[in-house]
Amino acid sequence: MKYALEGYRMLDFGTAWAGPQVGQVLADMGMEVIKVETRTRLDGSRMGRPIMGEDAAGGDEGKWPDMQPIFHGINRNKLGFTIDLKQPKAQDVIERLIKVTDVVLDNSAPGARARLGLDHKSLQAIKPNIISISLTGCGESGPLRDALVYAPLIIAHGGLQSIIGYPSEQTPMQVMFAYGDCNASIHGVFAVLAALWHREKTGEGQHIELAESYAVTNLLGEAIMDYVMNGRTMKPQGNRHPHMCPHNAYRCKGEDKWVTIAVKTDEEWKNFCKAIGEPDWAKEEKFADMDNRLKNQEELDKLITTWTINYSPYEVMDILQKAKVAATPVMNIEDQYTDPHYRERETYVEVEHPLVGAETLYTTPLRLSKTPGDIRRHAPSLGEDNDYVLGQLLGMSKAEITRLEEEKIIY
Amino acid sequence: MEQKIFEGLKVVEYSNLVSAPYCTKLLADLGAEVIKVEKPGVGDEARKHGPFPNDISHPEQSGLFLSLNTNKLGITLNLDTTTGRDILKSLLKDADVFVEDNAPEHMEELGLDYDSLEKINRRLIMASITPFGQSGPYRDYKAYGINCAAAGGVSIGVGHPDREPLALPLSQGGYQAGVNAASAILIALFAREKMGEGQHIDISEVAVWAGLHVGVYVLTFIYIGVTGIRRGTHGGYFIYPNEILPCKDGYILLNCPQLAQWVRLLELMGNPEWTKNPRYRNRRAMHEEYPDEANALWIPWLKEHTYEELFQLCLEERIPLAPIYTISDLVNHPHLKERNFFVDLEHPRAGRLKYPEGPCKFSKTNWQLERPAPLLGEHNEQILCQRLGYSKEELIDLEKAGVV
Repeated sequence: MKYALEGYRMLDFGTAWAGPQVGQVLADMGMEVIKVETRTRLDGSRMGRPIMGEDAAGGDEGKWPDMQPIFHGINRNKLGFTIDLKQPKAQDVIERLIKVTDVVLDNSAPGARARLGLDHKSLQAIKPNIISISLTGCGESGPLRDALVYAPLIIAHGGLQSIIGYPSEQTPMQVMFAYGDCNASIHGVFAVLAALWHREKTGEGQHIELAESYAVTNLLGEAIMDYVMNGRTMKPQGNRHPHMCPHNAYRCKGEDKWVTIAVKTDEEWKNFCKAIGEPDWAKEEKFADMDNRLKNQEELDKLITTWTINYSPYEVMDILQKAKVAATPVMNIEDQYTDPHYRERETYVEVEHPLVGAETLYTTPLRLSKTPGDIRRHAPSLGEDNDYVLGQLLGMSKAEITRLEEEKIIY
Repeated sequence: MEQKIFEGLKVVEYSNLVSAPYCTKLLADLGAEVIKVEKPGVGDEARKHGPFPNDISHPEQSGLFLSLNTNKLGITLNLDTTTGRDILKSLLKDADVFVEDNAPEHMEELGLDYDSLEKINRRLIMASITPFGQSGPYRDYKAYGINCAAAGGVSIGVGHPDREPLALPLSQGGYQAGVNAASAILIALFAREKMGEGQHIDISEVAVWAGLHVGVYVLTFIYIGVTGIRRGTHGGYFIYPNEILPCKDGYILLNCPQLAQWVRLLELMGNPEWTKNPRYRNRRAMHEEYPDEANALWIPWLKEHTYEELFQLCLEERIPLAPIYTISDLVNHPHLKERNFFVDLEHPRAGRLKYPEGPCKFSKTNWQLERPAPLLGEHNEQILCQRLGYSKEELIDLEKAGVV
């Protein structure tokens, strides 16, 4: 065995981000994940500005489906299969595929799922021990089942968006990465593995319903408790922490450069003061212990900035970490790409792509000592592995495959 | 009685706060036996975190601790003593999984690193969760949640462009590290079935942010030079509108990547005059250059409606608008009630409280919140006496000696 999950197969009907990222994590560990797509209706993640070249407008129209950066990152290691599910003859092919599949994933709207025959009942009729997972915004049933969501809307529905912002302002702040999507898919990975484990023990499959919004709510136990215990509705706290001070991002030398500093104990505070040269203000009563610091944190933050503003974020990290004080730069992707720790940990790796050449993808953060994951292959181009799926998995002849392609069923 | 996926799986946890406790909670709530090892007297740091009823600090009434440690057995062991470590090792000898989030150096000093533990139990799967991982130049760096989010590349994009970047609140990084550790543990369980051995799992909270959340952007950086943006209430990518906007009683979040969605919303507004102005028909320019100006045109209309009204209107018209729900909205929401999302559990010292059920629903083997978080040392007798064979007198001696 080279890969922990070799021998398992997923049919990935996922679109955009949340659905497909489930298969990515599993494929990194050796699961065979077949991405099912169709040229008749390109997924949004196959559209947009291509990695290379200037044709953004053409990209928006779907002219560069095999050159999409986000698609490449999320769909590496997968096999590409095209089939037009709307065609009646496609049903037979899909049924045969489901019979040799362990897990079916989709994130289509509840109505669409049933129409395509991807609801659990239909799948179970074909393969009794099938495991299916559906990702939806707010669940498959109930008054909110038709709610349209993208990543930012997920955290709005889930309650997290309401507590992201500055305490001095009423309005929440937007999150510039797809936390709602990623959180959902990461929990989807766990759920699929758990269901697979159960099936191995008992022979029983099942359906997993993952409502993306509430996968976020699941992480807000602290805020839920404050409401249930004290009737308080949590509001944005900025970077503040109830038990740590200093605890913020501080401006450094340069354009939009920041360092985060967090101090939890009195010992860390002493070390911090020493590391920054024992300025007079640091000796004042009003900063002497945690309670006082928390009361005066706005003033303290301003004073700390008079020190950090003279250094780059990396310089601050270096000085403070030597004194055993928590400090890290607020990194952007360029910082991360060039950072020595990131490099030594092989955070990024170059993978050969037939159209792009060597492209840089992120490696899996799931690090296992004896059965590590890896990136064996680039993200598939449309239908790249049709011959494998139809010919090898389903045993079709070349003539059969050609006929299906001519009839645009395999399309 | 519903079956439990991880019935019979033996997990030991030695950790504080969020990441490792969330990892083992996911296993415990699906039936695994999780023995949580805490420092005598003080316990998990989360016991001091809160929130507390009436803001009165009490180690058995901390909201964070209670919500993260359901279904677990709790024992106290002082791992600074040899006997304490020996007792832990006798538990690990029979355990399937060991989860911890301590500094790598510290675990090595205690002789509780993977290389040492592998010798007493080849089948043990050990998951270590740290800010920067078990190797590399920052391995021994100190980093709390705010620091991990910064180094992970996620804070840079949150907040006003001219103000301090914001970490996501309430230890989101800890949860992300914890759930990925749980997945890695399951993967190691599958591997163990084939190879008969355990292995070491190394989860870095920073690497989880950097890879799974923002790792995709490395390609757009390398090829197009985009390093990320911070735009306050405006979204980063897509096209206008991608906005957080005020309404009568709160805020909404609106994203209309498809023109048809935006057109339907304009129709709801009665197709106001300004929609005829070419300046306000260029959605790319509105998004990139003057979103505030565009917003000002129709915020007055928004302010005539509550977020629930707006959401219902947009739901019917298939317009992607979401209410920015508050915690109290969610705890009282009929949709979540219908889904049985919040579970009531009685705790001997903290009383009856609500807990989120879990991140998803399993049709056959759903999450079971049967027991509240353990009191400090609640299961000392059950584990040390009944399972490990210490007599009650010996247990008292161990307690007196500060081992337990």
